[in-house]
Amino acid sequence: MANNYLKSESKQLATWYFTFAAIIFGAQLVFGLVAAIQFVMPSFLYQILDFSIARILHINALVVWMVFAMFGSVYWLLPDETEIETVGIKVGKLLFWVFAAAIVVVVLVFLFIQVGPADQTTIWFITEGREYIEAPRWADIGIVIVALGFVANLFLTGIKGKQTGIVTVLMADMIAFAGLYLAGMFFTDNISVDQYWWWWVIHLWVEATWEVFVGAIAAYGLIKMLGAHRQVVEMWLWIEVSMLFGSGILGMGHHYFWIGTPEYWWEIGALFSALEPLPLVAMFVHVLYDWGKTQGAQEAHGDKVSVIKNKPAFTWFVLNAFGNFLGAGVWGFFHTLPQINLYTHGTQFTAAHGHLAFFGAYATILIGMFYLAVQGKNGIKVMKSTKLSIWSTAMITGGVMGMTVALTIAGYVQVIVERAQMGATWSGYFDSQSGVWFTQAMDWRLLMGVITFLGFILLATDLLRTGKSAIHER
Amino acid sequence: MANKSVWSDNRFWQRTAAWVTGFASILLIWLTFDTSAQISMGNDADLKNGVTKRVPGPTVINYKISYEMSTKRGHEVPYIGGNDGKGGSLFKEKEKFFGRDDYSEKEAGDLLHLGKLGSQAKNCMDCHTLMGNGAYYAPDLTKAWLDPAWGPEGSMQAVTGKSTKEEAMAEFLQHPELYPTHARMMPNLGITAQEAKGLVAFLKHLSSIDTNGFPRNFGKIQGALNGK
Repeated sequence: MANNYLKSESKQLATWYFTFAAIIFGAQLVFGLVAAIQFVMPSFLYQILDFSIARILHINALVVWMVFAMFGSVYWLLPDETEIETVGIKVGKLLFWVFAAAIVVVVLVFLFIQVGPADQTTIWFITEGREYIEAPRWADIGIVIVALGFVANLFLTGIKGKQTGIVTVLMADMIAFAGLYLAGMFFTDNISVDQYWWWWVIHLWVEATWEVFVGAIAAYGLIKMLGAHRQVVEMWLWIEVSMLFGSGILGMGHHYFWIGTPEYWWEIGALFSALEPLPLVAMFVHVLYDWGKTQGAQEAHGDKVSVIKNKPAFTWFVLNAFGNFLGAGVWGFFHTLPQINLYTHGTQFTAAHGHLAFFGAYATILIGMFYLAVQGKNGIKVMKSTKLSIWSTAMITGGVMGMTVALTIAGYVQVIVERAQMGATWSGYFDSQSGVWFTQAMDWRLLMGVITFLGFILLATDLLRTGKSAIHER
Repeated sequence: MANKSVWSDNRFWQRTAAWVTGFASILLIWLTFDTSAQISMGNDADLKNGVTKRVPGPTVINYKISYEMSTKRGHEVPYIGGNDGKGGSLFKEKEKFFGRDDYSEKEAGDLLHLGKLGSQAKNCMDCHTLMGNGAYYAPDLTKAWLDPAWGPEGSMQAVTGKSTKEEAMAEFLQHPELYPTHARMMPNLGITAQEAKGLVAFLKHLSSIDTNGFPRNFGKIQGALNGK
């Protein structure tokens, strides 16, 4: 590669992870569009690529690209934080290829084989049929091996090099992240037990360990992009960890309201999940506060230049602060109390929350990391926004927000008609789905989905081109 | 640099994070032990002895299941084999399932096992919700067994040309493309006759699980709205 400024092999590996993540991100949006079209036009690809398959690919691509981008982020920041080359980088590179190849095989099987007979061979080789973690058992084992290798690299590097607060948090967080996957790797006839442990993976990932990961990445980004004071940033990080785990771990109770589990989860789930938005407010305040403080300190010295070293990345980090609070916090709180959740559980309300939360809390900051990598790889001192980066950011953010509003309205119709009026039966369900407000909402969701996808094309183009642009300070 | 206050001391917050996380984790693990005991699957002896379990044994398919308001608990609960009038199940009234109401523990267990495997092998959860979890492209299946559409007053038995609920459901599952109920149709997933029987047993068992009143008002207002 011409003009590669990356001296560190760890950072080079990170760019591999980011590249693969961006491709899968695109795939996620394509299959999301297929599913969105099917809501409007149910005959689209019927019995060829049914909604169930489009959705499996949509949500699994989501999880996979985020995990890839998260691994990439860690490989990216490790040399900066620990001040040494990542230990075991050769193994890391090998595992990347193993992981990527496994993902390709799983996707091809989902696409072309789709379902299997009701026996263990299907569970082992085709699909486990459990939302978000449909990947067959052989792939589960592969993922665990890859994750262990990754965690080992992180630990060995953290122990050998300088162990900053950020690295310490990541070490603790990533071992929990990898370990929790084991809770989703068994079969049981008892669906209540099944869903109980299934949530250990899903909830403790997205509402606990992933959020802490975001806190650590945000801390790194603030130091890197603004030159924020490490001691202050890391103190905030520890406070965030306390608040995130303090609320998020027992906040899991809000998934245990209706799956056969005892009534006490109503109180536990309501209390702790109602607290879950608080750390997100803290993170939001933290990002804006550090920005203002660092800029103010510089201006006090008479220097009016922006402290931001990477405009597009910082834009995405700020969107993360907003989006995390809005998508995970506000949209989550909407329906987290059992009295409300009794009617909203399993409706488009959840889909609205899911879209804005995954985007706001995770997609944003990981796209920010893509831009940090582009900056590093091209040896740019101060990276500016381009027309493309501004348009792509506006279209992706506007598109996801639009989808969220549309799905929220669809959710309202479903809650009122299907749940409150009709009592959740088959005919009640289809009455709600046929309502004018519902179908209009689905039209809008598709339109906003298309805008999001076009925004992604611009984003990908910008990521490929901006490194060579002359507008940046080198 | 000396710290002016404990509140701005990183070590203090690091320890706080460790203690809070540890405490929350221990509480979760402790609750998991309690919950695991409460949601373990019952057995045939429980049903015969009138022991109420949150997740009954597989032989619950031999019994009539209903979903009625419990004044004691303030929401609907599944009643197995009739309502004892005191807020509990009677465990008496049987109901034929594919012509039999004497499935042994082994037979019923095998059917449930096949059905649960089938529910995963066919990716049911990626269109439907089960206990509210899954995708939102098709109806929730938590109480599908009790849905009036499949009962004598519903249309599905006539549509599929079958005379019992379980046979109508099994026929639909094997050839869903032949019986559209909406523009959105279930695809043919290659479900065999035996798998369909297992899936229906799985759905009947699912309807007997105590879900704390979810979904609310199930089937109560059927026919009262939209001139149906």
